[in-house]
Amino acid sequence: MTKYLLVLGASSDIAKAIACEYAKEGYNLYLAGRNIEEIKKDGTDISIQFNIEAKACYFDVLDYNSHQKFYDSLSIKPEGVVCAAGYLGNQEKSQTDFNEARKIIDTNFTGCVSILNVVANDFASRKQGFIIGISSVAGDRGRGSNYTYGSSKAALTAYLSGLRCRLAKLNVHVLTVKPGFVATKMTEGLKLPKRLTAKPEEVAKDIIRAQKSKKDVIYTKWFWEIIMFIIKAIPEKIYKKLKL
Amino acid sequence: MKLTNWGKYPLVEVNFKDFYSLDTLNSFIKENKNIIARGLGRCYGDSALAENVASTLNFNRILSFDSKTREVECEAGTSLKKLLDVFVPRGYFMPVVPGTKFITIGGAIASDIHGKNHHIEGSFSNHLKSFLILLADGSKVECSRENNSDLFWATCGGMGLTGIILQAKFKLKSIETAYIKQETIKCKNLSEAMSMFEKSSNYTYSVAWIDCLASGSSLGRSILMLGEYAKKEDMSLDLNLLKIPEKRKISIPFDFPDFALNSFSIRLFNFFYYHSFPQNIKKNIVDYDSFFFPLDRIHDWNKVYGKRGFTQYQFVLPKSSSKEGLEKILSRISQSNQGSFLAVLKLFGKQEGLISFPKEGYTLALDFPISNKLFPLLDELDKMVIHYGGRVYLTKDVRLNKEAFSQGYPNLEKFKAIKYKYDKLNKFKSLQSERISI
Repeated sequence: MTKYLLVLGASSDIAKAIACEYAKEGYNLYLAGRNIEEIKKDGTDISIQFNIEAKACYFDVLDYNSHQKFYDSLSIKPEGVVCAAGYLGNQEKSQTDFNEARKIIDTNFTGCVSILNVVANDFASRKQGFIIGISSVAGDRGRGSNYTYGSSKAALTAYLSGLRCRLAKLNVHVLTVKPGFVATKMTEGLKLPKRLTAKPEEVAKDIIRAQKSKKDVIYTKWFWEIIMFIIKAIPEKIYKKLKL
Repeated sequence: MKLTNWGKYPLVEVNFKDFYSLDTLNSFIKENKNIIARGLGRCYGDSALAENVASTLNFNRILSFDSKTREVECEAGTSLKKLLDVFVPRGYFMPVVPGTKFITIGGAIASDIHGKNHHIEGSFSNHLKSFLILLADGSKVECSRENNSDLFWATCGGMGLTGIILQAKFKLKSIETAYIKQETIKCKNLSEAMSMFEKSSNYTYSVAWIDCLASGSSLGRSILMLGEYAKKEDMSLDLNLLKIPEKRKISIPFDFPDFALNSFSIRLFNFFYYHSFPQNIKKNIVDYDSFFFPLDRIHDWNKVYGKRGFTQYQFVLPKSSSKEGLEKILSRISQSNQGSFLAVLKLFGKQEGLISFPKEGYTLALDFPISNKLFPLLDELDKMVIHYGGRVYLTKDVRLNKEAFSQGYPNLEKFKAIKYKYDKLNKFKSLQSERISI
């Protein structure tokens, strides 16, 4: 039985690494994103490496009206979906330019809600499947340095949590992934502390392991759970004065 | 950041940049000079060090494979390891492999790598169909023997000085199994080793480990290892012949103290290693990973040289002067008490190229821990190598000077002319190329 994984936001480095992990397990892939040229090359690379079929599909997370049509166009419905569409954006710019703020919020939250609603409805009717949503530790608590991004991820986390409740009784598993620092295109310009920064391959291994063992929420790498526990515990009076 | 290559010497401050897209790489080249591309950093010295180092590792995709022609096309940052992992189980092997699989295809072209089969199959450029290179002016040029052939030949073995290789197409070999039939022959001294090399020149793979600290009548005593692809009928075990067992990797966790590897400990190691081989010829079957990449199993084996680091001195001498030349050079090294447990002799066949290293004759590669006494010794060896009509390999080098380099490479001016044609502003430059004035 040919099983497919749908990867939304396939240009993301984390998405590519996840696609490889599932390809190793024999999943065929729908790689969905906007940069079709590059995604096709990624697909060819993965399909040659792991002897599976990888189809590149055009998908724009911000084009809400296209989402149902896009999903309907997949001839074989996927067994699992990874939502890795995301946009870091520029915090300072988002404070004065609402278009930037909206782009951050819509890419990370609204667009994901739009497509995941479509997926969820299909999975609910079939009573099978798994959904992996890539959120972020930034959603655990708003930080002065990236709260537009953080708040959009917080919204996504809450959405995935509720979706998990709705779908749990329908045999559909929803996994929320909260990565900390990861060395990717998205964080290219940033100076991240080496010890705390994960490689996309490490994150992908954590994710597939968690999905197979039906975990609900994971932090990757694991120590971010501890770091965020501490950060969340700081009283607001003190927190608001920190330069995070 | 501070960067070094496999020899851990020198360690220099560079502007190191990772790239995720061709556009950012293009802009980087437009805005900067003194740039060199770097893959996995397995050159030994400063060939991949410059003010600006462009890492190609994110360009690592396999772009296509045609099973009829056995041609594979991939991005230049793709490693040999990835290619072998993908293609060996399908019955294909790389036509040329060096001593480690942790190199990129870009590096394979820039160093025009050779392996244990050069005397029969030549270097990597022999099997290279074409490649796409990014030039200093931002243009992308397709090169092959027919198309922009001057740039093709200048880039093969051109140490990254003509531009940044983006992707390449080359041919794989068909194999029946992932195993090699190995024959191990003990040779009392250099004469015996060289005559055995000649006798075994029909073997696809041949290499000799030499005890470079032995002297007198044992000068150049060695273990010659010959290899041939194992066919299905050679295999006694009934298993998946294209799959090899996973091996546990050992890691060297920290730099050994500098005194750990000294002339005494090395002499001791060499003595025991040589005598651990039985007197008669030993035949066995080994998996390709153990035959071609025995040291890859030990992660970071370069740490055994300690913080001082090490370099490799590799040279080639024409056949006519090899016997005398190798004897004199080995004597000098044995006398100096500097040397290591890794000294390797191979036979080269004929080779085309501009500043590509291999030429017909014998090539000897020796590891040396870095010390103050080392550089004067290597300068002496340079003179001897040039005297005997040979030359030194840039990919292993860290201290060669301009004269010793130019005297060994008669096509240097041709290379410089082509480099100037495609890189007028000399944007692509490494610490090494500056030292030898290319």
